Amino acid sequence: MIGLSLAYLRDRGLNTALNILLLALSVASLVILLLFSSQLENRFDKDAQGIDMVVGAKGSPLQLILSSVYHVDIPTGNVPLDTVDLLRRQLGVAEAIPLALGDSFRSFRIVGTEPAYPALLGASLADGRMFAAKMEAVIGADVAARTGATLGQRFVGGHGMSSGDEGPKHEETPFIVVGRLKPTGTVIDRLILTRVESVWGVHGIEDPGEDHHEGESAEDHEAHAGAAEVTAVLVRFGSPIAAVRLPGFINRQTNLQAAVPAVEVSRLLALVGVGLDAVRAFAVLLMLTAGLSIFVALLTALKEREGDMAMLRVIGASRAAIIGQVASEGLILASAGAALGLLLGHGVIGMAAASIEQLRALGLNALTFHPGEALIVAAALGIGLIAALIPALRVLKTDIAETLANAR
Amino acid sequence: MSSPDTLTHSKTAQGPLVEARGLSHARDGRTVMAIGDWQLQPGAHALLLGPSGSGKTTFINIVTGLLTPSHGTISVAGEVMSALPPAARDALRRRTIGLVFQTLRLIPALSVTDNLALAQQLALGHVDRAAIAGMIDRVGLAHRAAAQPRQLSQGEGQRAAIARALITRPRLVVADEPTSALDDTNAARMIDLMFDVADATGATLLVATHDGRIAHRFANRFNLMAPVAA
Repeated sequence: MIGLSLAYLRDRGLNTALNILLLALSVASLVILLLFSSQLENRFDKDAQGIDMVVGAKGSPLQLILSSVYHVDIPTGNVPLDTVDLLRRQLGVAEAIPLALGDSFRSFRIVGTEPAYPALLGASLADGRMFAAKMEAVIGADVAARTGATLGQRFVGGHGMSSGDEGPKHEETPFIVVGRLKPTGTVIDRLILTRVESVWGVHGIEDPGEDHHEGESAEDHEAHAGAAEVTAVLVRFGSPIAAVRLPGFINRQTNLQAAVPAVEVSRLLALVGVGLDAVRAFAVLLMLTAGLSIFVALLTALKEREGDMAMLRVIGASRAAIIGQVASEGLILASAGAALGLLLGHGVIGMAAASIEQLRALGLNALTFHPGEALIVAAALGIGLIAALIPALRVLKTDIAETLANAR
Repeated sequence: MSSPDTLTHSKTAQGPLVEARGLSHARDGRTVMAIGDWQLQPGAHALLLGPSGSGKTTFINIVTGLLTPSHGTISVAGEVMSALPPAARDALRRRTIGLVFQTLRLIPALSVTDNLALAQQLALGHVDRAAIAGMIDRVGLAHRAAAQPRQLSQGEGQRAAIARALITRPRLVVADEPTSALDDTNAARMIDLMFDVADATGATLLVATHDGRIAHRFANRFNLMAPVAA
């Protein structure tokens, strides 16, 4: 009977192809939304692992989180260097890691920080060693793959966060690659890590910890060193009390801003979620339309085939076989639509990640499957089955003798 | 492996293959078919004659178990059709009867070969490709085996329909107006073919028609009683 179903579907090829396409488009839309939102959420979680609070300049807390945790926005400003010490002295703070941003190399951000930062995100060295001296750099796995940078290679950073090779360069202060990180699936894969002092050095700011230069007065040294700032400080709490006390304390008592990644990300996802929900509703509507289209196609086809169905009964097809035959037509259509939809959905995600830098940066991956896709496929099959069963049951109610008599 | 020549049924079976007792059928209070007592012996070729509206199709529907008579009984292969539950009636029809209609009713999406294969699969539960090729050859359609019904001429279609009715080795072949749409030459060929294949397989033949051109070919001819008002 499966062979008969395939023959009937082949016999009205255009109709079959259009129904498969319609269902595939709806399945693809839902798969794209599912993969996009789940991978985005997963990426947000992974990038923010271990970071309980971010302290930076006053401004938008979401912008502070996006710029310092996810490295996709510009910072709100800089904060004095002693903020780091201030935070480290607070009760309940396990770790306070400074970040100094401002430059990039081929669109990969150069981040002045401490070795504790890659450790916090679970990154380990693939080869080489961790940065130690000024102007030494460790590059993330994506940076290594995309730039082809090798150990010992020198490169010059450009001013700005996302400039390619067009922006102004810091030719006098090249970095040297001393280590490469293993892939982590987090934002650190796309970062170039160095000491905070390297970032200061590139911008002509003296390290306050260093002795003043020859010929430089003590006042000048203090003035230069006084400009030493960091962009943000990532904080990991050692006790839950700190999570309750510190953000409020910092926001009320200082000129600093404290933002909690979990809060800001859920706010962002709620905002994005409204748009995603609208597209999701449209995709569900599309799927129902595809189901209706299959229903109409099968109903029309079976109306034309009433004589065939009656003849099948006469030559020995049982009632169950007739239902099975029609149901299998619906299921074959739905299966083909679902398979094509999955292929299309993953293909679009893959193409989008390959051609849009921001999406690639978010870690979109076409080869990752989500358990929810099984539900989408099941829904498509269910719709195909229901769309087929209603006309099949109608066929069973017809009077064989009368149908054959009318057809004779 | 069976060939159509060997697909014969025993002609020594006891009793009639089809037997009607006091059979008639009424619709909306009006008798549309009446035959009373009637028998068809195994291996016979019988012709049911009558003008349109005389109840031939009603009789065939009753013989094949598609319609339950309002009066009397019909037995096929010793079983009273109307006494059987629907599933058993379907099984008896599947095992015993091959049907040929004027409008062929071949499945248009399948080739001639696949139409025969489907009938064989449904009736016997398996497909015997060699038997199908032999049957198609016997009805002279070897060169059209892969063609779809819409690609066949009327005569070729009729031959394919006969082949489908016989491929399941039925004991009874029932044909309803098999020659009405054919010209004289093709009508004669069709009857030759049905006799030939039915004899080769040992099948009993019951042909209903208003086509007087083929009447002289049947020794066993009968008419239905004229419809009477209730």
